[in-house]
Amino acid sequence: MMTALSPTTLAWAASDTWVVARRHLMRLLRRPDELLGTLLIPVMAVVMFGFVFGEALGAGMAMSGSDYRAYLLPGLFTLSMAFGIGTTTMSVATDMRSGVVDRMRTLPLWPVAMLAGRSLADVLTALVELAILLPLGMLAGWRPDGNAMTVAAAIGLLVLLRLALSWTGILLGLLVSGPEAAMKYFALVFPLAMVADTIVPTTLMPSWLTVLAQWNPLSATVNATRGLFATSAGSADSWVSQHAELLAIAWPVGITVVGLMLALFRLRQLSR
Amino acid sequence: MSTDVQPAILLEGVSKRYRGRGAVLDGLDLVVGPGTVHGLLGPNGAGKTTTVRILTTLLRFDAGSAWVAGRDVVKDPIGVRARIGVAGQFTTVDELLSGRENLELFARLHHLPPKTARLRATDLLERFDLAPAADRPVRGYSGGMRRRLDLAVSLIRNPQVLFLDEPTTGLDPRSRLEVWNSVRELASSGTTVLLTTQYLEEADRLCQRISMIDHGRVVAEGCSAELKLYVGRTRAEISVPEGRDLLGAAHRVAMNVGSMPELDADARTLSVAMNGEAQILEQLAGALRELGLTTEELALRRPDLDDVFLHVTGRTTQGQRER
Repeated sequence: MMTALSPTTLAWAASDTWVVARRHLMRLLRRPDELLGTLLIPVMAVVMFGFVFGEALGAGMAMSGSDYRAYLLPGLFTLSMAFGIGTTTMSVATDMRSGVVDRMRTLPLWPVAMLAGRSLADVLTALVELAILLPLGMLAGWRPDGNAMTVAAAIGLLVLLRLALSWTGILLGLLVSGPEAAMKYFALVFPLAMVADTIVPTTLMPSWLTVLAQWNPLSATVNATRGLFATSAGSADSWVSQHAELLAIAWPVGITVVGLMLALFRLRQLSR
Repeated sequence: MSTDVQPAILLEGVSKRYRGRGAVLDGLDLVVGPGTVHGLLGPNGAGKTTTVRILTTLLRFDAGSAWVAGRDVVKDPIGVRARIGVAGQFTTVDELLSGRENLELFARLHHLPPKTARLRATDLLERFDLAPAADRPVRGYSGGMRRRLDLAVSLIRNPQVLFLDEPTTGLDPRSRLEVWNSVRELASSGTTVLLTTQYLEEADRLCQRISMIDHGRVVAEGCSAELKLYVGRTRAEISVPEGRDLLGAAHRVAMNVGSMPELDADARTLSVAMNGEAQILEQLAGALRELGLTTEELALRRPDLDDVFLHVTGRTTQGQRER
């Protein structure tokens, strides 16, 4: 199936990926409510956890409400990246149902491109989301203390996580029976998002959950970005939290590679 | 292939079974000459869509061989993809994008440079009478307009072979006519078309040759006139009103036309095979007069898909039509 990788094929691969990505971005622009919907979750979370439960949660951690908000925001940026998986899965499941995937498979198109284009669109959307959420966080009293380099690095880690979850979403979209099913599975994002060092420190969870939460790929990203944004320090002195930056790269890269390979395998399986 | 003209589509003994469903294609043979419009006719589940999916490189098969435009579907799928166009049962155009954006998108995925893609899009929009709606989102298009856009998308790269999988299923009669006209135009420009349909009328109007398939095999093949010979000629049907003696009426008709009509006691009809001579109309008129019936009780019926299908397979297509 795969042709040899000559410079021209690479150029076509890049062009194909961009054309597919542009389609997804155009669709998003035509339905801004969907982008709004994804943004609404972290925005609401800032309001709910930051202001409504903020004082109580902060008190539980011996922090003031404003300290808690500073602790919370890197967690919410990460959550926002995680919730994007719903959009990805829905989009791929919809294209599978409507026959768009089949039509693309009958084109002389690089097979990876139809999926990579979705992933590129996700990454670009993630940048837009962060461009909205970061200033919003500052409105809520959060201040990144690091320099431009560390802030850029933090954003880079967040987007890398989105890339990994994008490929997970693509794989799920290819596996589920349709958009309705994708919708139902979305609830599974919550344990992934909450059993992590996002909203409350893992040390305050039951001990068996602590281990799970610490190893959650999301925790690595949260802790690494907290360090880079140089707000309050990580919650636990475990090996995992000491190596947060390493893990915040290793986890997403590993997930991306595995997700991509399984998605391509699944794509090939469609012709069974 | 020793013939001097290479077939546009060649299937030899193609079999396909899905796990848990048994054989969907069971040694299907098919030859489609270049530049012809060929119909695949059969009820749902006969294997029409599976055949199209195999020929368009979407589906692998278990046995046999398949060639499209001189390329082996299994060994050279990329070569096949560069030479075919596909328009499906479901229009796969993007609802949220405009007609023009859809065409440009797929033109770019066909590896046309941006400028050429734009020109090609304008060209096809004109050709399919979509220019006035070109920049509106497809969401607002009528069913017929969508199918025409879908057809336009499938023609971006001037395919040698075009696959149309039930191109008019679910369309209203007017939209159906629009699609038929487009297909006819294509055919006159020399494109080979393989069209699947459940409607004999559609195959009748568009196709030069028809393969009727059932249970994954070709059960009859020919032009539509030849297929209809399987079931004989046009029949005249006389409806006998409630309360009248059906058998008596049948004898009265027999005395006039010279043979006993077929009786359907449930529908209360008498059916007479027309013999091609005008005289039989006078004989039928005589029978109607003697029975005190009007022309309202007389209907001429041409054989349709169900008749051919019933004849060839011993079953009707009814009941399988519903999903």
